[in-house]
Amino acid sequence: MKKLPFLFLLTCSSLISSAALSNQLGDPERGKQVYKKCASCHMVGVKAKKRVGPPLNNIINAKAGGVANFKYSKAMKKAASDGLHWDVDALDAFIENPKSFLPKTKMSFRGLKDQSDRTDLIAYLATFSGGELAAKVDEGFTVSNDILALEGDIEYGEYLSSECTTCHQSSGDNDGIPGIVGWETADFVTAMHAYREKQRENPVMQLVSGRLSNEEIAALAVYFKELTEDN
Amino acid sequence: MALKRRTFLGAAGAASVTLASPIVLADGHAKPRVVVVGGGAGGATAARYIAKDSKGEIDVTLIEPTRMYYTCFFSNLYIGGFKEIDDIGHSYGKLAASGVNVVHDWATGVDRDAKTVALAGGGSIPYDKLILSPGIDFVDGAVEGWDLSSQNAMPHAYKAGSQSELLKAQLMAMPAGGTFAMIAPPNPYRCPPGPYERVSMVAHYLKNNNPTAKIIVADPKPKFSKMALFQEGWADHYDGMIDWVGEEFGGANVSVDPNAMTVTIDGEETKVDVCNVIPAMKAGRIAELAGVTEGNWAPVNAADMSTKADGDIYVLGDASQQGDMPKSGFSANSQAKVCANAVRGALTGSKVFPAKFSNTCWSLITTNDGVKVGATYEATAEKIAKVDGFISKTGESDDVRKATYEESEGWYSGITTDMFG
Ligand SMILES: Cc1cc2nc3c(=O)[nH]c(=O)nc-3n(C[C@H](O)[C@H](O)[C@H](O)COP(=O)(O)OP(=O)(O)OC[C@H]3O[C@@H](n4cnc5c(N)ncnc54)[C@H](O)[C@@H]3O)c2cc1C
Repeated sequence: MKKLPFLFLLTCSSLISSAALSNQLGDPERGKQVYKKCASCHMVGVKAKKRVGPPLNNIINAKAGGVANFKYSKAMKKAASDGLHWDVDALDAFIENPKSFLPKTKMSFRGLKDQSDRTDLIAYLATFSGGELAAKVDEGFTVSNDILALEGDIEYGEYLSSECTTCHQSSGDNDGIPGIVGWETADFVTAMHAYREKQRENPVMQLVSGRLSNEEIAALAVYFKELTEDN
Repeated sequence: MALKRRTFLGAAGAASVTLASPIVLADGHAKPRVVVVGGGAGGATAARYIAKDSKGEIDVTLIEPTRMYYTCFFSNLYIGGFKEIDDIGHSYGKLAASGVNVVHDWATGVDRDAKTVALAGGGSIPYDKLILSPGIDFVDGAVEGWDLSSQNAMPHAYKAGSQSELLKAQLMAMPAGGTFAMIAPPNPYRCPPGPYERVSMVAHYLKNNNPTAKIIVADPKPKFSKMALFQEGWADHYDGMIDWVGEEFGGANVSVDPNAMTVTIDGEETKVDVCNVIPAMKAGRIAELAGVTEGNWAPVNAADMSTKADGDIYVLGDASQQGDMPKSGFSANSQAKVCANAVRGALTGSKVFPAKFSNTCWSLITTNDGVKVGATYEATAEKIAKVDGFISKTGESDDVRKATYEESEGWYSGITTDMFG
């Protein structure tokens, strides 16, 4: 895979929170302009659906070819089964020149030659991944400031996290269950409370959150926020 | 992976935390020693967490005969053609690299006084704490006419790997319009929805490749896990193909003849082309050899999975008799983490947090038609007790079922990473 100099700064791109990504990578506001080139085929946002291309929510660190029932090219399916994940490096290389990164991809797009266009675009997509996407989903659902201000016990969070990591990978990878590493604590806490109040749908998450105290949610939030990879 | 530690407040009161005082090691050896027998859902997870969280303070040895562990979970999807066999195989390389001493051998006995585990290859390994997660073995004479020597003619495929491949090969070799029989097991057994997910996957394969073939299921039980969901799915997708003979119709009164390839249900003999015999189960034999079983299973204390028979021996997963949790990979993984926390506390004095358990079992009925059942559990004085649960509903939309299937894929990556690193 082609690597670009600036990416070496991100020693572990796959574990950087989307918020941190936006800041380090580029300008999401400018990326929104660049995204217009993608928008005729791809949707993002809470109501995003399939179009000619799959929706791009939660794309950062997602397994390639992961949108249910989207008719991917054979090439994309092969890459997915070989383990391709859309970390920042891979996204950057793909967007730069789709047909050279993945010959026979169905995506008929010439590519973005300009480095800062790509950086800003990925920064924009990152605002629809992880905690920032969660914040958009939970818009309108609020938890009290007292709850948001609770300081989590990180060691307790580490123990509690083992219940989460049966499904959510501690690498942050998303193979069908979203990554939860590196989220802003407020986004994490809000999402968990939304599940607990049954304002979010998933029954597994409703069950798990249903018996977590406010303190335990705070502990998990700080643990997953701080979980990073050293190498 | 590491944690950036920060100072924080409010630790007290967040949980009732026990600070154990570390045990005194018998012969004065420097480092506490944990031996784990069985590198499956329970054992691999326990070994990994103890090694990871004790950061070198505990010697962890994992004894497992196979170099490649094939997960039973998703092995039905392999039979249905949704996975390749390699997709469900996992080696122990990463566990070994992360500080677990992996010994590829059989444990053949446990000396509880000397606190050692004997190996088939000779020699023995000393322990301070011993964790057994050997999975299941079959009860002798459970199905008349079948014993382990018949497993090539009539595979169980209830330990994954070559048995799964054999069953699939036999399914693919069935003559047009042939008959596939399954002898389902009595409770309790590993993976309550497992036999019925398998029936669905076999039906899926036959519908596409041998549409006039038939499936007969002889079942000693009057009902089974996710029954309404499976029966709805079978009627919708495989109408007329599956004949489920429950207890009421003589499903418990069964014998087989592996040479003649016949199955006799309630006195009626049928010639079949494939016969998948899933006999009654019991704890993996090493639990019995260690003397920690009562009847077929090993009774354990819910708070830490230590056995009722010996406080220094823990039993995880399918082999344990713990209360309300189903025997599943998810359960074994969940129990392993509670156990790892407790064992570490006992050996090094690290904090022991209260036990919490959970389980979700996903099953696939046909392409993109996933269903799930799940629950949370807590430790009480008598057992692991169910707190709350849910199950998929009949008549759910295609989108919900698709999303459930996608989620099961995510879970598979998650749990196998959690087990093996
Ligand atoms: C068809 C099928 C489908 C399933 N689907 C699911 C599912 O979708 N979800 C789910 O959660 N669960 C599922 N399960 C259940 C799951 O596989 C088991 O519950 C789980 O593997 C139990 O974990 P364990 O650690 O107790 O045993 P295992 O995972 O079986 O591990 C036991 C290990 O111990 C080793 N061992 C045994 N004896 C010795 C010895 N004397 N010395 C050394 N090593 C030894 C064995 O080689 C083995 O590797 C399924 C099971 C089947 C059969």
